[in-house]
Amino acid sequence: MTRGEYGLMIDYEFCSGCHACEVACKKEHDMPRGDFGIRVLTSGPYQSSDGEWDFDYLPMPTHLCDLCAARTAAGKLPSCVHHCQAGVMVYGPVEELAAKAKKAEATTKAQMVIFPR
Amino acid sequence: MEYNNEYNLDLYPKKLHWKEGDLNATRTTMWSGPGCHEGCQVIFYTDDDGKLVKVEGDPNSPFNQGRLCMRCLELPELVNHESRLKYPMKRARDERGQDTWERVSWDEAYDIIEENVRKFQKESGPESIISMIGTGRNVSQVIAHNQYANFGGPDLTLCFLSGDSCMLPRTALCYVVMGNQWVADMSQFREKRYDQDEDWVVPECIVLWGTNPVVCNSDAFLGHWIVEAMKRGSELISVDPQLTWIGSRAKYWLRLRPGTDAALALGMMNVIINEDLYDHEFVEKWCFGFDQLKERVQEYPPEKVAEICWVDKDELIEASRFYAKAKPSTIQWGLAVDMSKIGTQSALAIADLAGITGNIDNPGGNILIDQAGGLEFGYNSGIEYLKEGMVEKRLGNQKYPLKKYGFTASSQSDSILEAIETGKDENGNPRPVRMLWIQSSNPITNMGQDAPRIYRAMKNVDFICVIDMFMTPFASACADLVLPCAMSNERDCVRVWFDPIRSLTKTGSYFEAKEDEQIMIDLGHRLSPELWPEWVQTPRDYMNWRMQNAPACRYDSMEELEDAGGWHYHPFRYYKHEKGLLRSDGEPGFNTVTGLYELAPVLFDSWGDDPLPFYEEPPSSPYRTPNLAEEYPLVLTTGKRSFEFFHSEWRQADTTSRELHPVPYFDIHPDTAAKYGVVEGQWTWIENQMGKCRQVARFNATLDPRVISTEHGWWFPEKEAAEPELFGVFDCNPNNLIPMGENGPSGYGAPIKCSIAKVYPSTADNMAAENQPTYQVTRGSGYTHGPSHKTDTPSFYDGIE
Repeated sequence: MTRGEYGLMIDYEFCSGCHACEVACKKEHDMPRGDFGIRVLTSGPYQSSDGEWDFDYLPMPTHLCDLCAARTAAGKLPSCVHHCQAGVMVYGPVEELAAKAKKAEATTKAQMVIFPR
Repeated sequence: MEYNNEYNLDLYPKKLHWKEGDLNATRTTMWSGPGCHEGCQVIFYTDDDGKLVKVEGDPNSPFNQGRLCMRCLELPELVNHESRLKYPMKRARDERGQDTWERVSWDEAYDIIEENVRKFQKESGPESIISMIGTGRNVSQVIAHNQYANFGGPDLTLCFLSGDSCMLPRTALCYVVMGNQWVADMSQFREKRYDQDEDWVVPECIVLWGTNPVVCNSDAFLGHWIVEAMKRGSELISVDPQLTWIGSRAKYWLRLRPGTDAALALGMMNVIINEDLYDHEFVEKWCFGFDQLKERVQEYPPEKVAEICWVDKDELIEASRFYAKAKPSTIQWGLAVDMSKIGTQSALAIADLAGITGNIDNPGGNILIDQAGGLEFGYNSGIEYLKEGMVEKRLGNQKYPLKKYGFTASSQSDSILEAIETGKDENGNPRPVRMLWIQSSNPITNMGQDAPRIYRAMKNVDFICVIDMFMTPFASACADLVLPCAMSNERDCVRVWFDPIRSLTKTGSYFEAKEDEQIMIDLGHRLSPELWPEWVQTPRDYMNWRMQNAPACRYDSMEELEDAGGWHYHPFRYYKHEKGLLRSDGEPGFNTVTGLYELAPVLFDSWGDDPLPFYEEPPSSPYRTPNLAEEYPLVLTTGKRSFEFFHSEWRQADTTSRELHPVPYFDIHPDTAAKYGVVEGQWTWIENQMGKCRQVARFNATLDPRVISTEHGWWFPEKEAAEPELFGVFDCNPNNLIPMGENGPSGYGAPIKCSIAKVYPSTADNMAAENQPTYQVTRGSGYTHGPSHKTDTPSFYDGIE
């Protein structure tokens, strides 16, 4: 697979910060303590000047993420995507992800980011 | 959502077993231990030795739809953990608290139990033996059946949980109001979920009342179902002292003062009734007591309620209007409702709120439950074996009508504690408690309030047997015999909590750990063989026996259920009260005294209790005890949940849970921290008139500056088991600051989430060994004490008139 062809798309409007992706990844790759293939970043909660509270989680793949090459080769989803409790992670060709992101942003509350790998 | 992934179901066949590479795959259900309140469908991958290697979510599952939480994903860490209990162990009674355990065979363990049970039955009656359970663990059926059939005593209880303040206050109340109980409808009782269910309607409004569902997943309700509804357009109202992530997505966040839930609900009803936003048709046709309720809510105008609850008046009014006008609206309520002294009254106020808006058993509203196939796999299992007159002897029954008249399957923990301490029941008659059978509970670590008091009281009990997965602080301090129990993947079992019915298929075993069912069966054949068919020898036999004895259950054996895919959904019907599906006489209406949804329960009236919801200040609060609040100015709430743990489980230092969450945190507003000299990340003492504990400060600007929020369930398995270290169990336990015995008129409810405290930073001066709560309890007076205490035996009532 060419680098950058596939990736992960994440809708962080609905990411609950549950750590399932982090742990699914650690277990799939049998990672030692301290290693992560994906990390859930936290922004907030803080109150913006308009009075709204901002509070977001964003799962961010690290250099150890290989998009679960062995799993996807066997026809499975990457473990983080499979287990994401909020169902906000999508695996696929980056161009398809971009099209989905565009549509979702336009029609729903989604807030999308794409991580090509 | 259209951007969701599709699983390759060819790789997850609808079979019980298959091979995947070198591994054996088994599709089954995860249902404790370790525990939770769910029962997600999983694939266990085991090697040829039966060792659990990996867990995946089952994509075929309507329940969790392939998804899993972090604890199931890290499950092999705990299942294969070196420090699990491997063998039965005994210890001399006068060596409690010491690490002098001696391995025994199962036969010897059973001999010890049998000898004690027969002795206590003979000398003090079977009522001198009491069984106690934790929460969520898949033993609710086993512990009940064992207690009633094998031991013969009437008392089964949530292990020293004051006022049974977990779901039971709401459940008991609901059975009085509607003869059933409701939950928020997320299409969870249908095999086809969400948009695929033709009858289900996306709730326009979801109220999250005292629950952070994505973290706590309480009461057979998977919190992320709410997220699916949010994606489909549901708007939220969050009733919570702090802004949770899900609350940050809410249309309204009502930041109430902990313990004021009843006032808030009454204030909302004031707006809804006075602005004529209630459901006239439902109220006129199906409700009882509306006029009385209308009169009562006049005592709770929004101005007054805003002041009591510390919420904004306009937000309260707007949220009330939104909730009432949205169709449908639903309420998902949580533990916080139970955890005040007026837990039952708070639940009544919220049940009335749902009732007057007609959101009862409607699609997307609050739906009444069916227990799958009519199976009694809960706290009443085996109750038919109790001898006549025995149920009436339940401790606390004479004091509390809700208990006396059977609106509960358990005894009151506070009354049991008092009997242990005094040797007398609530009427002052002799009632020795000789033996405690504690199955998967760890009460001095999290479930019991006033943890040091429980520790002290255990000295009065002749024999304590603990069945658990690890050597816990309670077992180390108080047990005479410990038995190792199997984990979920090591059990054959059928489990029901509402719907669907699910099967658990055993995939391995660990040393001599036994299934809870096996222990019950083995003891049954020894202690009361007349109640146990000879052929019931294994957990699988037991499940088959119980299923065959349940007329409404369509399966006669576990194998049939496994063959059918491991779960079965029974037909779920809406508007059951209109169709005559709720009452035994088949008439329309609710299964209550009046046949109506009782906004003002006639039973409460007949018992001399106030039939209407009311608000009362917590027993210690800035308004109720202003003098005490000068010394302890902050409102203390406890039990903030985190993804990493289920109560006291997952605390082993080498787990991923502890990697992500190494120490106990309490949340404090940065301004409050600055005022009391606390910096972020600092160990900080939390103290009130009855005791103290310490946790690490975590800043949280979403709290009212007058409120702090603590975690529960902390112990440190990396420390020594023996006293005085005792895994550091009292050091960080906020239950050192919460009383037992402060219960509401129903016997339910306790001020577990609404006490008061002060904070001060840890320093070299106050962190010496003799300042540590565990050391103070085990080597000192048996109490925790800090600089604000005038004696070594501080009490909740110090400074309270």
